[in-house]
Amino acid sequence: MFLLSLAWRSLRNRAVISGLTLLSIALSVALLVGIEHIRRGVRESFAGTIKGTDLIVGARGGTTQVLLSTVFGMSTPTGSVSWATYERWRAHPAVRWTIPYALGDAHKGQRVIGTTAEFFTRYRFRDRSVTFAEGGPPDTDREVAIGAEVAERLGYTLGSEVVLAHGVAAVSFAEHTAHPFIVSGIIDRTFTPIDRALYVTLDGLTAMHEAEEGAGGLMMGPPTPQTEGPAPITAFLVGTKNRFETLQLQREMNEDRSEPLTAIIPGVALAQLWQTIGSAEVGLRVVATLTLIVGLIGMCVALFASLESRRREIAILRAVGAGPRTIVSLLVLESGVLVTLGAITGVVMVYGGIVLARSAVEARFGVALTLHPLRSTEWIYLGVIVVAGTLVGLLPAWRAYRNSLADGLSPSL
Amino acid sequence: MSDSAVSRAGSTPAVAIRDLRFAYVAGREVIDIPTLEFAAGETVFLHGPSGSGKTTLLSLIAGVVTPRAGHLTLLGTDLTTLSSGARDRFRAAHLGYVFQMFNLIPYLSVRENITLPCRLSASRRSRVTDPEAAAQALAERLEIAGLLDSRVTALSVGQQQRVAVARALIGAPELIVCDEPTSALDADRRDRFLELLFANVAEAGSTLLFVSHDLSLAGRFDRTLALRELNRAATMGGI
Repeated sequence: MFLLSLAWRSLRNRAVISGLTLLSIALSVALLVGIEHIRRGVRESFAGTIKGTDLIVGARGGTTQVLLSTVFGMSTPTGSVSWATYERWRAHPAVRWTIPYALGDAHKGQRVIGTTAEFFTRYRFRDRSVTFAEGGPPDTDREVAIGAEVAERLGYTLGSEVVLAHGVAAVSFAEHTAHPFIVSGIIDRTFTPIDRALYVTLDGLTAMHEAEEGAGGLMMGPPTPQTEGPAPITAFLVGTKNRFETLQLQREMNEDRSEPLTAIIPGVALAQLWQTIGSAEVGLRVVATLTLIVGLIGMCVALFASLESRRREIAILRAVGAGPRTIVSLLVLESGVLVTLGAITGVVMVYGGIVLARSAVEARFGVALTLHPLRSTEWIYLGVIVVAGTLVGLLPAWRAYRNSLADGLSPSL
Repeated sequence: MSDSAVSRAGSTPAVAIRDLRFAYVAGREVIDIPTLEFAAGETVFLHGPSGSGKTTLLSLIAGVVTPRAGHLTLLGTDLTTLSSGARDRFRAAHLGYVFQMFNLIPYLSVRENITLPCRLSASRRSRVTDPEAAAQALAERLEIAGLLDSRVTALSVGQQQRVAVARALIGAPELIVCDEPTSALDADRRDRFLELLFANVAEAGSTLLFVSHDLSLAGRFDRTLALRELNRAATMGGI
């Protein structure tokens, strides 16, 4: 205990060097722990893009493609699902609810999606449902609900008239009169792709296409068979009555011959996708680890540099009865104290940074950084850092020991 | 002098050296002393120019370096039979050491510097009832009581040397070793320092081994020795 206080006061005596060393360790620890927090935040908000849905079903195609086109509004759909098939599966005894998802044309780069009221009551992301900042879901085929980012970027407000058509046709007077939509609601910011989409009713979507065709617009979107009533949809989301039936239902859908479908489990598909795109985090970790190694080497250098000026101090300690072991312990304690305080400071910096920046980060990137206690990975990191840092202290300590043996009581100054 | 020296002469000598040899580099001996003995309570002035092996002899007596051959007995304990850890403990318990200069740990207060041996050694600690009180008493006798809570960097060289004496004397160890403690002091301060040193060493009843090249100090001591005459390595080396 006395040695610890001696080590502490010796470090304080060299406040500038010790402070800078501590700071460099703290920064590298903060980098390592901070990356871990951000990584987890990103992964959680990614995994939370869709919740509560047991299956996503689209036309036969790749798992990732179905996921991307329905949940992320990216990539092209695998095809279409006929209304009859959708109805058939909706009536399946294992199915509790379904949300149809019909992808329309883009509106100024934002996707237009036809769906039903189920979407606004059933859809979940990060355990939240879709709520409205203003207004409500579209009721008629002339109403549209818009995502927060759409409202912000395009300057739409409640009651705005919007012409949902693509590209060149959008400016046409004929289009405008053919089928304009009224903004019925603005959805609260979700930090998911919902923010970048416009939601209309299925009828609205059909009307929009018919208007285009009627006005002589280009034939776009899924072909509309004249023989059937409602137009085909792109995909549908399924909630099952019993989670245990999900796998069974998935297999049934995938093996059904009447219309080839791909049913995916969102959680599994998200995890697979994360595996692919998440490999960048390995690079981040490597960089953070290298920074930490640099920090520890810096500490080692600082302790070595201090040794020369401390030969006298060490000779005094030897003269009053300190053995070489005491000298080694003192120096190892010093590096231990430095690295421990550095680690604590680094963690405090991360938490402080999260408190200060979390709202800005969430608003800007939709990544919810949470103040959670350190998890086992981080404890392991910190443990390794403290142990490695203390062991690094053994090098200068060993040197001091050798010096003190050679110097005896007369350090050459 | 004195009755006390004579009366203790029959008891165990403070330091007894027989055929002591030491070399930093094999074959180049710096210490070769056939015989040397200090009585308990004796004050000894050891005179020698630089290079005569003074500091090496003091390091050997302090048990910081190990002799190549011979015997070095302190207070009846042969240091050559002890492990280095045991020698460190022995030094902490029975020996006070004063350097030529820079005696103090810069980041400890004067008080903490004085009590340092008690903090590092349990047996030294057991020699005083209360280290703080002992430090206070020594500081008063050495006329540095007002400086106890100062930073050591604020002290003059003379004050620093007195703090070093207080530290060497705390717990009244049997042997005080001073390595040219006055060389950085001017004449007035040197005389006052020596007066205080002698008074306190006598108070503690310790043996004093005082090394200096300044022969004018020798008159105050019970005995004066010239290291060149004792150390065959020094005379033969012709340094």
